[in-house]
Amino acid sequence: MSNLHKAEAHGVSPVLEVRDLSVSLVGDNSIGVVRCVSFAVRPGETVCVVGESGSGKSVTSFAVMGLLSPNELACSGGEILLEGENVLQAGPERLRALRASTMAMIFQEPMSALNPVETVGKQIEEVLSIHKNQSKRERRERVLAMLEAVHLPDPKRIYNSYPHQLSGGQRQRVVICIALILEPKLLIADEPTTALDVTTQKQILLLIRELQEKHNTAVLFITHDFGVVADIADRVVVMNRGEVVEVGSREQILSAPRERYTRMLISSVPSLQPEPREPNDNEIVLAVSGLSKTYDQRRFWKKEHVVHAAADIDLTLRKGEILAVVGESGSGKSTVARCIVRLQDPSAREITICGENMATVRGQALHQMRKRVQMVFQDPFRSLNPRVSVGESIIEGLINFGTPHKTACQRARDLMHLVGLPADALERFPHQFSGGQRQRICIARALAPEPDVLIADEAVSALDVSVQAQVLALLDDIRMKTSVGVLFITHDLRVAAQICDTIMVMRQGRMVEFGPAAEILTAPRQAYTQALLDAAPGRHWDFQKFGPIQ
Amino acid sequence: MSTSPADRNILSTPSSDEPRSAKPSFARRLLRSARSLPVLVAFVVLALVVFLAIFAPWLGTTDPIAIDPGSRFASSSAVHWFGSDAFGRDVYSRLLHGARVSLIVGLGATFASVLLGLVIGVFAGYFPRVDAVVMRVMDGVMAIPSILLAIALVSLTGATLVTVLVAIIVPEIPRVVRLVRSVILNVRSEAYVEAAILLGTPMWRMLTRHMVPNTVAPLIVQGTFIFASAILTEATLSFLGAGLPSEIPSWGNMMADGRTYFQLYPGLVLYPGIVLALTLLSSNIIGDVLRDLLDPKMAKRT
Repeated sequence: MSNLHKAEAHGVSPVLEVRDLSVSLVGDNSIGVVRCVSFAVRPGETVCVVGESGSGKSVTSFAVMGLLSPNELACSGGEILLEGENVLQAGPERLRALRASTMAMIFQEPMSALNPVETVGKQIEEVLSIHKNQSKRERRERVLAMLEAVHLPDPKRIYNSYPHQLSGGQRQRVVICIALILEPKLLIADEPTTALDVTTQKQILLLIRELQEKHNTAVLFITHDFGVVADIADRVVVMNRGEVVEVGSREQILSAPRERYTRMLISSVPSLQPEPREPNDNEIVLAVSGLSKTYDQRRFWKKEHVVHAAADIDLTLRKGEILAVVGESGSGKSTVARCIVRLQDPSAREITICGENMATVRGQALHQMRKRVQMVFQDPFRSLNPRVSVGESIIEGLINFGTPHKTACQRARDLMHLVGLPADALERFPHQFSGGQRQRICIARALAPEPDVLIADEAVSALDVSVQAQVLALLDDIRMKTSVGVLFITHDLRVAAQICDTIMVMRQGRMVEFGPAAEILTAPRQAYTQALLDAAPGRHWDFQKFGPIQ
Repeated sequence: MSTSPADRNILSTPSSDEPRSAKPSFARRLLRSARSLPVLVAFVVLALVVFLAIFAPWLGTTDPIAIDPGSRFASSSAVHWFGSDAFGRDVYSRLLHGARVSLIVGLGATFASVLLGLVIGVFAGYFPRVDAVVMRVMDGVMAIPSILLAIALVSLTGATLVTVLVAIIVPEIPRVVRLVRSVILNVRSEAYVEAAILLGTPMWRMLTRHMVPNTVAPLIVQGTFIFASAILTEATLSFLGAGLPSEIPSWGNMMADGRTYFQLYPGLVLYPGIVLALTLLSSNIIGDVLRDLLDPKMAKRT
């Protein structure tokens, strides 16, 4: 930030200036995907473009890089000045020269940004051999130095590795290497940490900041996550439906947003401070003890390799309680959920639902147990059969468990009311609904057989914050009304803090900590829980109160 | 074709919490693709062949098997539009009736192999234990050269339409089975299928409601290719003399009969050859169009 003030004080001209940029669909100028967007990025400054999906933030960044797909989108107005040069007028040759040397981009999914059949070292070298006239040895030394600079362990080994041999965080470091090796003036980062775990995300954000300070790079950071904004932004551009809603400094946007939309968006971000909750001493609806799931990796010559996806998991869930299972990817939280609903068979286990053991039942008994526990899945676009009407989807379970058609339809109408959708939605098909509405439908479908336990597997992770807030409120409301026990699987501590009574933290298939939400989030006993909390972006800021956490 | 995360972002509609815009209906997209000339020609050619085959007896044809030694190798005239062959049979009539044979073989083979392949493929995809056995059998069937199988069958049971159909269908089945199986295996991990498992949906309804409908689009595409390849195989077998009896008017038989006199009367081979080639080309083009429309992953970006 000191750089920023320097830059403003000396009146340094911006690296990137976007003026009245409009992007529209090819062949249809009437629909602007992006309309009249203007902002500037100065050297050493981080500008966060933040907005929900479909706000046009990615299209804007692609327009800057000249990466708009020529058959679909075209810039219909305005200009993009990169160090005073209009990128929109540049020919393909000039654009190629500008990319990597003056502006560079890092993407969301590092695996698809890298070539899987070439070593990492070769891919970084490629940039050098295209843009610089250096000997092979110089290039190699430069690449190794760069790998060192992004804090990759053992650069020589990484140099000869293929992308699949690296972890997600390491791959993103390699992509950052490629982007920054020519020391560009402008770095565009399009959701670079969205696919990563929080602890890795924190390291990558620190790395970007470190390199930025070293080279005085201007960073245009596209994100949907206000936590990240609170951590790294100097200035913030809020976008909605292709238009800039508000531009301002981080402090101004986060503490005193001028526009209603910005206020709504920021106050939708769940707080990390758990709300005080009444202790729950209802009857236990789900008791899991000693649940394990192992996978045998059979290799042709080698000995069998056993992977513990989940080991010795104990948990209890009471009526009307929401229990969050929190962990990073690969921690086994989904495995636990899938074993409980018997989509997978647990290896060693006892799963008791309302006093009956579900872990070992088969056939007709399992069929009868099914309606006791239902699940809501992560991706609302894949969890409804596109060919079946919403009503048919909702009554499917009821019909399977022997409810007469007429009663089932009545129940479906009641459920629609419960999840806040009109009853005529029953005749429509999934593609007529938005992601948030679909997730409501999925919740209604799961509640139809009146389960004792509802498992939500990352049920709000695919949704935008404002929609996420609504669905979380709905789940809380349903818990009150139906006193169903909810097992809430999530990677997001904020979401867990918002809605849960109790939290279980998992890591590498094992339970790290289990206790009341307030206790875990404010005074964790385990170092790993503390690390997770520290890594949560924007943890010093209470978004709902527009002020720092005391 | 790879879809980078960037593509997905760019193609997203204005806001995620609005329904995704519905695609135009299948019929409309089919009509739109017919604007390109080759596609239009393909549709017209195929429609014409079907029309000629259905109405063959009423389109000025004579008995295609009737031998008339008096008018051997007649050149084209008002009586014999495309001339006559070595036995004095009318080439025009034989062409039209040949279209009947080709269409019957093409459609018969397509429907039979798609139906059988669908049933086997669904069971292989749904039951892992069945899968292990069935797929090895299918691998075995695929290893038999189809022409060799056909010749063996014909020499065992005699040349009839049924034998020819069986000889064409058997090698096609494993391909359909693999296709259907892969679709079913993919759908099994869809969240809506898992949700249906949790809702206690019985196997039969699971298959008919949630799984099999997904196979329809790829099967339509595959069907057009089977149709073309069946017609070609029938012509090949007839040409080799391992197909239908030589008096039956099929394009392959006509070419086989005319082969000896090709230098003197090239029309005897060229007329059936051209019609055969046009039919195959048309159905392949239509197959490609359907693939682009029904299987977006394979489609080139427009």
